[in-house]
Amino acid sequence: MNTSVKMILVLTLISALSGGLLSYWDAYTSEKIEAYRQQEIQQAVKEVLPDTDEEKIQEAGDFTFYVGYKNGDITGVAFVAEGGGFQDIISLMVGVTPDFSKFTGLAVLSQKETPGLGTKIAYDPSRKGNETWFVDQFQGKKSGNLTYVKNQKAYGDSEIEAITGATISSNAVITILNKCIPTAKSVFESINQ
Amino acid sequence: MAKKVSLLEDFTKGIWKENPILIALLGLCPTLAVTISVENGLAMGLAASFVLICSSTLISLLRNLIPKQVRIASFIVIIATFVTIADRYLAAFYPEISKNLGPFIPLIIVNCIILGRQEAFASKNGVGRSILDALGMGLGFTLVLLILSTIRELLGSGTILGYQVMWDSFSPWMVMVLPPGAFLTLGLMIGASNWINDRRTR
Repeated sequence: MNTSVKMILVLTLISALSGGLLSYWDAYTSEKIEAYRQQEIQQAVKEVLPDTDEEKIQEAGDFTFYVGYKNGDITGVAFVAEGGGFQDIISLMVGVTPDFSKFTGLAVLSQKETPGLGTKIAYDPSRKGNETWFVDQFQGKKSGNLTYVKNQKAYGDSEIEAITGATISSNAVITILNKCIPTAKSVFESINQ
Repeated sequence: MAKKVSLLEDFTKGIWKENPILIALLGLCPTLAVTISVENGLAMGLAASFVLICSSTLISLLRNLIPKQVRIASFIVIIATFVTIADRYLAAFYPEISKNLGPFIPLIIVNCIILGRQEAFASKNGVGRSILDALGMGLGFTLVLLILSTIRELLGSGTILGYQVMWDSFSPWMVMVLPPGAFLTLGLMIGASNWINDRRTR
Protein backbone atom coordinates (compact mmCIF):
# COMPACT_ATOMS: atom_id res chain seq x y z
CA MET A 1 0.00 0.00 0.00
CA ASN A 2 1.07 3.54 -0.67
CA THR A 3 2.74 5.00 2.45
CA SER A 4 0.77 8.24 2.34
CA VAL A 5 -2.52 6.37 2.24
CA LYS A 6 -1.39 4.11 5.04
CA MET A 7 -0.34 7.09 7.16
CA ILE A 8 -3.71 8.77 6.76
CA LEU A 9 -5.59 5.53 7.31
CA VAL A 10 -3.77 4.52 10.48
CA LEU A 11 -3.89 7.93 12.10
CA THR A 12 -7.57 8.38 11.23
CA LEU A 13 -8.37 4.96 12.62
CA ILE A 14 -6.51 5.58 15.88
CA SER A 15 -8.14 8.99 16.33
CA ALA A 16 -11.61 7.64 15.58
CA LEU A 17 -11.21 4.79 18.07
CA SER A 18 -9.86 7.22 20.66
CA GLY A 19 -12.78 9.58 20.12
CA GLY A 20 -15.30 6.79 20.40
CA LEU A 21 -13.80 5.43 23.58
CA LEU A 22 -13.59 8.86 25.17
CA SER A 23 -17.16 9.85 24.35
CA TYR A 24 -18.34 6.64 25.99
CA TRP A 25 -16.14 7.32 29.03
CA ASP A 26 -17.31 10.93 29.21
CA ALA A 27 -20.96 9.87 29.28
CA TYR A 28 -20.12 7.52 32.13
CA THR A 29 -18.20 10.00 34.30
CA SER A 30 -19.69 13.42 33.55
CA GLU A 31 -22.83 12.69 35.58
CA LYS A 32 -20.76 11.97 38.69
CA ILE A 33 -18.51 14.97 38.15
CA GLU A 34 -21.52 17.28 37.75
CA ALA A 35 -23.22 15.77 40.80
CA TYR A 36 -20.14 16.42 42.91
CA ARG A 37 -19.92 20.00 41.68
CA GLN A 38 -23.58 20.64 42.54
CA GLN A 39 -23.12 19.11 45.96
CA GLU A 40 -20.09 21.29 46.58
CA ILE A 41 -22.04 24.43 45.60
CA GLN A 42 -25.04 23.42 47.72
CA GLN A 43 -22.79 22.91 50.72
CA ALA A 44 -21.14 26.29 50.21
CA VAL A 45 -24.53 28.00 49.88
CA LYS A 46 -25.63 26.47 53.20
CA GLU A 47 -22.44 27.71 54.81
CA VAL A 48 -22.75 31.30 53.65
CA LEU A 49 -26.52 31.58 54.24
CA PRO A 50 -26.78 30.24 57.79
CA ASP A 51 -30.23 31.67 58.56
CA THR A 52 -32.10 29.87 55.78
CA ASP A 53 -34.65 27.06 55.36
CA GLU A 54 -34.76 26.86 51.61
CA GLU A 55 -32.97 28.31 48.61
CA LYS A 56 -34.36 29.33 45.26
CA ILE A 57 -32.17 29.72 42.21
CA GLN A 58 -32.35 32.77 39.96
CA GLU A 59 -30.17 33.05 36.91
CA ALA A 60 -29.29 36.35 35.28
CA GLY A 61 -26.41 37.18 32.97
CA ASP A 62 -23.19 35.70 34.30
CA PHE A 63 -24.61 35.22 37.77
CA THR A 64 -26.53 32.43 39.44
CA PHE A 65 -28.18 33.72 42.59
CA TYR A 66 -29.12 31.41 45.41
CA VAL A 67 -31.82 33.31 47.26
CA GLY A 68 -32.31 32.14 50.83
CA TYR A 69 -35.70 32.19 52.54
CA LYS A 70 -36.84 31.57 56.08
CA ASN A 71 -40.57 31.34 56.85
CA GLY A 72 -41.28 32.90 53.47
CA ASP A 73 -39.07 35.95 54.07
CA ILE A 74 -35.93 36.53 52.08
CA THR A 75 -32.94 36.36 54.43
CA GLY A 76 -29.94 36.47 52.14
CA VAL A 77 -28.47 36.06 48.69
CA ALA A 78 -25.52 33.89 47.71
CA PHE A 79 -23.57 33.95 44.47
CA VAL A 80 -20.19 32.95 43.05
CA ALA A 81 -17.48 35.62 42.75
CA GLU A 82 -14.29 34.91 40.84
CA GLY A 83 -11.09 36.78 40.18
CA GLY A 84 -7.34 36.50 39.93
CA GLY A 85 -5.41 35.22 42.90
CA PHE A 86 -1.64 34.99 43.31
CA GLN A 87 -1.26 32.42 40.51
CA ASP A 88 -4.69 31.26 39.44
CA ILE A 89 -8.37 32.11 39.71
CA ILE A 90 -9.87 32.20 43.19
CA SER A 91 -13.53 31.19 43.25
CA LEU A 92 -15.61 32.31 46.23
CA MET A 93 -19.16 31.71 47.38
CA VAL A 94 -20.40 35.00 48.79
CA GLY A 95 -23.38 35.30 51.11
CA VAL A 96 -24.90 38.76 51.70
CA THR A 97 -28.02 40.22 53.26
CA PRO A 98 -30.92 40.89 50.82
CA ASP A 99 -29.82 44.53 50.36
CA PHE A 100 -26.21 43.44 49.70
CA SER A 101 -24.93 45.67 52.53
CA LYS A 102 -23.48 43.05 54.89
CA PHE A 103 -21.89 39.63 54.67
CA THR A 104 -23.77 36.63 56.00
CA GLY A 105 -20.82 34.40 55.16
CA LEU A 106 -18.01 33.59 52.79
CA ALA A 107 -16.57 30.29 51.56
CA VAL A 108 -13.74 29.40 49.19
CA LEU A 109 -14.88 27.13 46.34
CA SER A 110 -11.52 26.72 44.67
CA GLN A 111 -8.07 28.28 44.81
CA LYS A 112 -4.53 27.43 43.77
CA GLU A 113 -2.57 29.73 46.07
CA THR A 114 0.91 28.94 47.42
CA PRO A 115 0.64 25.81 49.58
CA GLY A 116 1.12 26.62 53.25
CA LEU A 117 0.82 30.38 52.73
CA GLY A 118 -1.97 31.56 50.43
CA THR A 119 -3.95 28.38 50.96
CA LYS A 120 -4.69 29.70 54.45
CA ILE A 121 -7.53 31.73 52.90
CA ALA A 122 -9.35 28.40 52.74
CA TYR A 123 -7.72 26.37 55.51
CA ASP A 124 -5.17 27.41 58.10
CA PRO A 125 -3.80 24.39 59.99
CA SER A 126 -1.82 26.61 62.36
CA ARG A 127 -5.04 27.78 64.05
CA LYS A 128 -6.34 24.58 65.57
CA GLY A 129 -10.12 24.45 65.87
CA ASN A 130 -10.49 27.66 63.90
CA GLU A 131 -8.97 26.68 60.57
CA THR A 132 -11.35 28.73 58.45
CA TRP A 133 -10.89 31.93 60.45
CA PHE A 134 -10.00 34.03 57.41
CA VAL A 135 -13.32 33.58 55.60
CA ASP A 136 -15.28 33.34 58.86
CA GLN A 137 -14.27 36.86 59.87
CA PHE A 138 -16.29 38.28 56.96
CA GLN A 139 -19.58 37.37 58.61
CA GLY A 140 -21.29 40.60 59.72
CA LYS A 141 -18.80 42.92 58.00
CA LYS A 142 -19.99 45.65 55.66
CA SER A 143 -19.71 44.59 52.06
CA GLY A 144 -18.51 47.82 50.42
CA ASN A 145 -14.92 49.06 50.13
CA LEU A 146 -13.20 46.43 52.20
CA THR A 147 -9.68 47.11 53.38
CA TYR A 148 -7.20 44.93 55.20
CA VAL A 149 -4.92 45.36 58.19
CA LYS A 150 -1.69 43.47 58.78
CA ASN A 151 -0.46 41.75 61.92
CA GLN A 152 -3.24 43.03 64.13
CA LYS A 153 -6.87 42.32 64.88
CA ALA A 154 -9.39 43.96 62.56
CA TYR A 155 -11.96 46.01 64.45
CA GLY A 156 -13.50 48.25 61.77
CA ASP A 157 -16.79 47.40 60.06
CA SER A 158 -15.12 46.89 56.72
CA GLU A 159 -11.65 45.88 57.90
CA ILE A 160 -10.29 42.40 57.31
CA GLU A 161 -7.29 40.85 59.06
CA ALA A 162 -4.82 39.74 56.39
CA ILE A 163 -2.96 36.45 56.60
CA THR A 164 0.65 36.89 57.72
CA GLY A 165 2.94 36.03 54.83
CA ALA A 166 0.08 35.93 52.33
CA THR A 167 -0.97 39.53 51.93
CA ILE A 168 -1.31 39.09 48.17
CA SER A 169 -3.83 36.29 48.56
CA SER A 170 -5.72 38.18 51.28
CA ASN A 171 -5.79 41.27 49.13
CA ALA A 172 -6.91 39.25 46.10
CA VAL A 173 -9.98 38.03 48.00
CA ILE A 174 -10.83 41.57 49.07
CA THR A 175 -10.34 42.92 45.54
CA ILE A 176 -12.60 40.24 44.08
CA LEU A 177 -15.30 41.07 46.62
CA ASN A 178 -15.03 44.84 46.15
CA LYS A 179 -15.37 44.37 42.41
CA CYS A 180 -18.02 41.66 42.22
CA ILE A 181 -20.50 42.67 44.90
CA PRO A 182 -21.60 45.99 43.29
CA THR A 183 -21.99 44.25 39.90
CA ALA A 184 -23.96 41.40 41.45
CA LYS A 185 -26.10 43.87 43.34
CA SER A 186 -27.12 45.82 40.24
CA VAL A 187 -27.85 42.60 38.29
CA PHE A 188 -29.89 41.20 41.18
CA GLU A 189 -31.87 44.40 41.63
CA SER A 190 -32.57 44.69 37.91
CA ILE A 191 -34.32 41.29 37.92
CA ASN A 192 -36.11 41.76 41.25
CA GLN A 193 -37.83 45.13 40.99
CA MET B 1 18.09 -4.33 21.12
CA ALA B 2 20.63 -6.35 23.02
CA LYS B 3 19.62 -9.98 22.80
CA LYS B 4 20.92 -11.06 26.17
CA VAL B 5 18.63 -8.93 28.35
CA SER B 6 16.59 -11.18 30.62
CA LEU B 7 12.89 -10.59 31.25
CA LEU B 8 13.61 -9.87 34.89
CA GLU B 9 16.12 -7.22 33.90
CA ASP B 10 13.55 -5.53 31.65
CA PHE B 11 11.37 -5.18 34.69
CA THR B 12 13.93 -4.19 37.32
CA LYS B 13 15.93 -1.68 35.28
CA GLY B 14 13.16 0.92 35.73
CA ILE B 15 13.31 0.64 39.49
CA TRP B 16 17.00 1.33 39.95
CA LYS B 17 19.49 1.07 37.08
CA GLU B 18 17.52 3.24 34.65
CA ASN B 19 15.16 4.88 37.12
CA PRO B 20 13.22 7.51 35.16
CA ILE B 21 13.69 10.21 37.81
CA LEU B 22 16.91 9.46 39.69
CA ILE B 23 19.01 8.37 36.69
CA ALA B 24 17.29 9.64 33.54
CA LEU B 25 15.97 12.85 35.17
CA LEU B 26 12.76 12.64 33.16
CA GLY B 27 9.30 13.80 34.21
CA LEU B 28 10.65 16.23 36.78
CA CYS B 29 7.82 18.74 36.42
CA PRO B 30 5.09 16.69 38.14
CA THR B 31 7.74 15.18 40.43
CA LEU B 32 8.63 18.57 41.86
CA ALA B 33 5.17 20.10 41.73
CA VAL B 34 2.77 17.58 43.26
CA THR B 35 4.86 15.89 45.96
CA ILE B 36 3.61 18.16 48.74
CA SER B 37 1.65 15.30 50.31
CA VAL B 38 1.92 11.52 50.17
CA GLU B 39 -1.64 11.27 48.85
CA ASN B 40 -0.85 13.52 45.87
CA GLY B 41 2.45 11.79 45.15
CA LEU B 42 0.87 8.35 45.22
CA ALA B 43 -2.07 9.42 43.02
CA MET B 44 0.29 11.01 40.52
CA GLY B 45 2.54 7.92 40.43
CA LEU B 46 -0.37 5.53 39.95
CA ALA B 47 -2.04 7.68 37.28
CA ALA B 48 1.19 7.97 35.29
CA SER B 49 1.88 4.23 35.69
CA PHE B 50 -1.63 3.40 34.46
CA VAL B 51 -1.12 5.53 31.36
CA LEU B 52 2.36 4.12 30.79
CA ILE B 53 1.29 0.47 31.04
CA CYS B 54 -1.79 0.89 28.83
CA SER B 55 0.05 2.92 26.19
CA SER B 56 3.04 0.57 26.12
CA THR B 57 0.79 -2.45 25.69
CA LEU B 58 -1.24 -0.93 22.87
CA ILE B 59 1.69 0.65 21.06
CA SER B 60 3.72 -2.54 21.20
CA LEU B 61 0.72 -4.38 19.72
CA LEU B 62 0.36 -1.81 16.95
CA ARG B 63 4.09 -1.30 16.36
CA ASN B 64 4.16 -2.98 12.95
CA LEU B 65 1.00 -1.24 11.80
CA ILE B 66 1.97 2.36 12.50
CA PRO B 67 4.04 3.93 9.70
CA LYS B 68 7.31 5.44 10.96
CA GLN B 69 6.39 8.93 9.72
CA VAL B 70 3.32 9.28 11.92
CA ARG B 71 4.50 7.30 14.93
CA ILE B 72 4.89 10.28 17.29
CA ALA B 73 1.45 11.61 16.37
CA SER B 74 -0.04 8.15 16.93
CA PHE B 75 1.74 7.77 20.26
CA ILE B 76 0.44 11.14 21.44
CA VAL B 77 -3.16 10.33 20.47
CA ILE B 78 -2.99 7.00 22.28
CA ILE B 79 -1.32 8.49 25.37
CA ALA B 80 -3.81 11.39 25.44
CA THR B 81 -6.70 8.93 25.32
CA PHE B 82 -5.50 7.08 28.41
CA VAL B 83 -4.63 10.30 30.22
CA THR B 84 -8.14 11.63 29.62
CA ILE B 85 -9.59 8.38 30.95
CA ALA B 86 -7.45 8.66 34.09
CA ASP B 87 -8.27 12.36 34.51
CA ARG B 88 -12.03 11.85 34.24
CA TYR B 89 -11.85 8.82 36.52
CA LEU B 90 -10.13 10.80 39.26
CA ALA B 91 -12.53 13.73 38.85
CA ALA B 92 -15.53 11.43 39.16
CA PHE B 93 -14.40 9.16 41.98
CA TYR B 94 -11.67 11.05 43.85
CA PRO B 95 -12.68 14.71 43.37
CA GLU B 96 -10.48 15.97 46.22
CA ILE B 97 -7.31 14.43 44.77
CA SER B 98 -8.28 15.60 41.31
CA LYS B 99 -8.62 19.14 42.66
CA ASN B 100 -5.21 18.97 44.36
CA LEU B 101 -3.40 17.66 41.30
CA GLY B 102 -5.08 20.22 39.05
CA PRO B 103 -3.49 20.47 35.61
CA PHE B 104 -0.77 17.91 36.35
CA ILE B 105 -2.94 14.94 35.42
CA PRO B 106 -3.73 16.28 31.90
CA LEU B 107 -0.04 17.18 31.64
CA ILE B 108 0.90 13.48 31.82
CA ILE B 109 0.25 13.57 28.06
CA VAL B 110 3.53 15.40 27.55
CA ASN B 111 5.38 13.54 30.30
CA CYS B 112 8.66 12.53 28.69
CA ILE B 113 8.86 9.26 30.63
CA ILE B 114 5.81 7.95 28.81
CA LEU B 115 6.62 9.16 25.30
CA GLY B 116 10.24 8.17 25.91
CA ARG B 117 9.35 4.57 26.74
CA GLN B 118 7.15 4.29 23.65
CA GLU B 119 9.88 5.57 21.36
CA ALA B 120 12.75 3.73 23.04
CA PHE B 121 11.10 0.47 23.99
CA ALA B 122 7.45 -0.35 23.23
CA SER B 123 7.72 0.47 19.52
CA LYS B 124 10.67 -1.94 19.18
CA ASN B 125 9.79 -4.84 21.49
CA GLY B 126 7.12 -7.46 21.98
CA VAL B 127 4.06 -7.04 24.18
CA GLY B 128 5.37 -9.09 27.10
CA ARG B 129 8.63 -7.21 27.41
CA SER B 130 6.89 -3.86 26.86
CA ILE B 131 4.47 -4.52 29.71
CA LEU B 132 7.36 -5.56 31.99
CA ASP B 133 9.28 -2.44 31.01
CA ALA B 134 6.26 -0.21 31.64
CA LEU B 135 5.58 -1.90 35.00
CA GLY B 136 9.17 -1.39 36.10
CA MET B 137 9.33 2.23 34.96
CA GLY B 138 5.94 2.98 36.51
CA LEU B 139 6.99 1.38 39.78
CA GLY B 140 10.31 3.27 39.76
CA PHE B 141 8.50 6.56 39.16
CA THR B 142 5.88 5.87 41.84
CA LEU B 143 8.47 4.79 44.42
CA VAL B 144 10.55 7.94 43.98
CA LEU B 145 7.40 10.10 44.23
CA LEU B 146 6.42 8.22 47.39
CA ILE B 147 9.79 8.72 49.09
CA LEU B 148 9.98 12.36 48.01
CA SER B 149 6.44 13.17 49.12
CA THR B 150 6.87 11.32 52.43
CA ILE B 151 9.93 13.40 53.29
CA ARG B 152 8.22 16.63 52.22
CA GLU B 153 4.95 15.98 54.03
CA LEU B 154 6.69 14.77 57.18
CA LEU B 155 8.96 17.80 57.47
CA GLY B 156 6.68 20.35 55.81
CA SER B 157 3.42 19.55 57.58
CA GLY B 158 4.40 17.08 60.31
CA THR B 159 1.94 14.53 58.95
CA ILE B 160 1.81 11.38 56.83
CA LEU B 161 -1.33 10.89 54.72
CA GLY B 162 -2.91 13.62 56.83
CA TYR B 163 -2.23 11.91 60.17
CA GLN B 164 -0.14 13.80 62.71
CA VAL B 165 3.06 11.82 63.32
CA MET B 166 5.51 14.43 64.57
CA TRP B 167 5.49 15.52 68.21
CA ASP B 168 3.18 18.41 69.18
CA SER B 169 5.83 21.09 69.54
CA PHE B 170 7.31 20.29 66.11
CA SER B 171 7.10 23.36 63.95
CA PRO B 172 6.73 22.50 60.25
CA TRP B 173 9.50 23.55 57.88
CA MET B 174 7.67 25.87 55.56
CA VAL B 175 10.36 25.52 52.90
CA MET B 176 9.52 21.84 52.39
CA VAL B 177 6.04 22.53 50.98
CA LEU B 178 7.40 25.27 48.73
CA PRO B 179 9.29 24.65 45.45
CA PRO B 180 12.78 24.96 47.02
CA GLY B 181 11.96 22.04 49.33
CA ALA B 182 11.22 19.89 46.29
CA PHE B 183 14.49 20.79 44.60
CA LEU B 184 16.54 20.27 47.78
CA THR B 185 14.99 16.91 48.60
CA LEU B 186 15.21 15.61 45.04
CA GLY B 187 18.81 16.81 44.78
CA LEU B 188 19.74 14.96 47.95
CA MET B 189 17.97 11.82 46.71
CA ILE B 190 19.81 11.90 43.38
CA GLY B 191 23.06 12.50 45.27
CA ALA B 192 22.37 9.53 47.51
CA SER B 193 21.59 7.23 44.59
CA ASN B 194 24.76 8.31 42.79
CA TRP B 195 26.77 7.72 45.95
CA ILE B 196 25.37 4.21 46.30
CA ASN B 197 26.07 3.43 42.62
CA ASP B 198 29.57 4.81 43.02
CA ARG B 199 30.29 2.62 46.03
CA ARG B 200 29.03 -0.43 44.18
CA THR B 201 31.22 -0.01 41.14
CA ARG B 202 34.34 0.45 43.21
